[in-house]
Amino acid sequence: MANSIKVKAEVSGNIAEVKSLMLHPMETGTRKDADTGELVAANHITQLTFTNNEKLVMVANFSTAVSRDPYFSFKFEGGKVGDTLKVAWVDNTGGSDEFETAME
Amino acid sequence: MRLSVILASLVPALLIQQDAIAGPEEDRLAFVAFFQARFPEIPLAEFANGIYAIDSDARDQWLDIEDFPPYEFTIDDGETLWQESFANGKTYTDCFGDQIESIRPQYPLFDGVNGEVVTLEVAINNCRTANDESTFAYDGKEITAITAFLAYESRGQKLDIRVPGDDSRALDAYETGKRFYYTKRGQLNFSCSDCHGISSGQYVRADRLSTGLGHPTHFPVYRSKTGGMVSLHQRFSGCVRDVRAVPFELQSIEFRNLEYFLAYMSNGFEVNGPASRK
Amino acid sequence: MNIGRRLFLRTGIALTALAALPRVLLAAAWPEKAFAAPAASGALIDLFGSDQTVPSDKISLKAPEIAENGAVVPLKIKTTLENVESISIIVEKNPRPLAATIEILPGTLPEFSSRIKMRETSDVMIAVKTDTGVYTTAKEIKVTIGGCGG
Repeated sequence: MANSIKVKAEVSGNIAEVKSLMLHPMETGTRKDADTGELVAANHITQLTFTNNEKLVMVANFSTAVSRDPYFSFKFEGGKVGDTLKVAWVDNTGGSDEFETAME
Repeated sequence: MRLSVILASLVPALLIQQDAIAGPEEDRLAFVAFFQARFPEIPLAEFANGIYAIDSDARDQWLDIEDFPPYEFTIDDGETLWQESFANGKTYTDCFGDQIESIRPQYPLFDGVNGEVVTLEVAINNCRTANDESTFAYDGKEITAITAFLAYESRGQKLDIRVPGDDSRALDAYETGKRFYYTKRGQLNFSCSDCHGISSGQYVRADRLSTGLGHPTHFPVYRSKTGGMVSLHQRFSGCVRDVRAVPFELQSIEFRNLEYFLAYMSNGFEVNGPASRK
Repeated sequence: MNIGRRLFLRTGIALTALAALPRVLLAAAWPEKAFAAPAASGALIDLFGSDQTVPSDKISLKAPEIAENGAVVPLKIKTTLENVESISIIVEKNPRPLAATIEILPGTLPEFSSRIKMRETSDVMIAVKTDTGVYTTAKEIKVTIGGCGG
């Protein structure tokens, strides 16, 4: 179970609504650490992807200008209750995480 | 205040087994009446939402964030911390009982044994000390994670703050907190009431001032500004700094008495923490 | 990889050959050049080959008048244009204006919500790429600082 991704995925009629929240500092690389005065290195999600039953339904490309602890929600057609929705992200430092949930 | 002191001194014998009915309760009713008169279109319960009760553009942004708020991760962390046993095998429920939804609404309370106001944060650390565990820093992540979790678990429960009438020390602590609230301080010479009472709803440069009524119900808060949790005392500290005075320590007697007064003024409001703020 | 990153990796599933690579691979190319462009027109050129766009009233952007905090500005974007391929958020006055670019795959609705950072008061432009061109709408969002936000 991932601890950096939360997702709510619900089907209503033919439309699936997916809301996701990621725990990530989204550092821009231009912020100075308050204690050391040093620049904090850029560390941000670059790409967020969603697949439903292995079919890619969303690709979101982010810059450092997406807020810390990013939120992303969208809708797609054809999702059904019980489908496996997978959320995955990669960041510019090589970090990544993924999480699966069942559509409700 | 004068009238309440006179009333309180006339009927001490009758108040031994009851909470104070004059003094704090009279103050609270006047406090509520002041804000209801200042913002007549706001339903009473809405004051628990702070500035979002008053400012619709800000409220829309807040509602968007609350749809999936970042503090959800913090609540999970808090739950994990709460369930962790101490080295001696005991848990927080051995100190607080297992009615989890009724823990947060009782705080702050007056501890008759040590004669001081005890806040939820202090109670958590007291529990740790009693079980030979090291205490959490009041500006650390653990304490706000646990209080966020406890707040979340007691959402909808009404604040139940008591100023026992049979202990004059409790009334003193309340009165001291009240005095703090109305005392001007700092280079800018503002009291809490100057901004959050008389000028509530007005702007202080780019910030709109929230009402004192409802302040303690929704802490700790996740601040967009820091991307982290902020406790009520951390906010007190920020406010004192903002009027260019030297802030008191987190969980100092001054801030605990202030919280006691403030919480009593919002007595009966439903807990709605943790919350998102800017 | 350092411990911080390892905390983000999901445990359980064994991936043998990919041990040296990030566990999750990019599904599509990340438009690095467009994200690095210091001005909106450069971002548009890098994304679409041209900065010529057509204003459209078929794009809706729900955004605040005055951002409570420039670090977290909630946006809700929707369009009724057809055959949408991508939707991009461009914050004109940000040091790197392109904030996000979203691929609308077949079967996915041309709408989404997110929260962005804005450095200062700026127009926020939404650029929708369809099979017939690039359409835009823009709204000014004010960002203020100073007061007792602490």
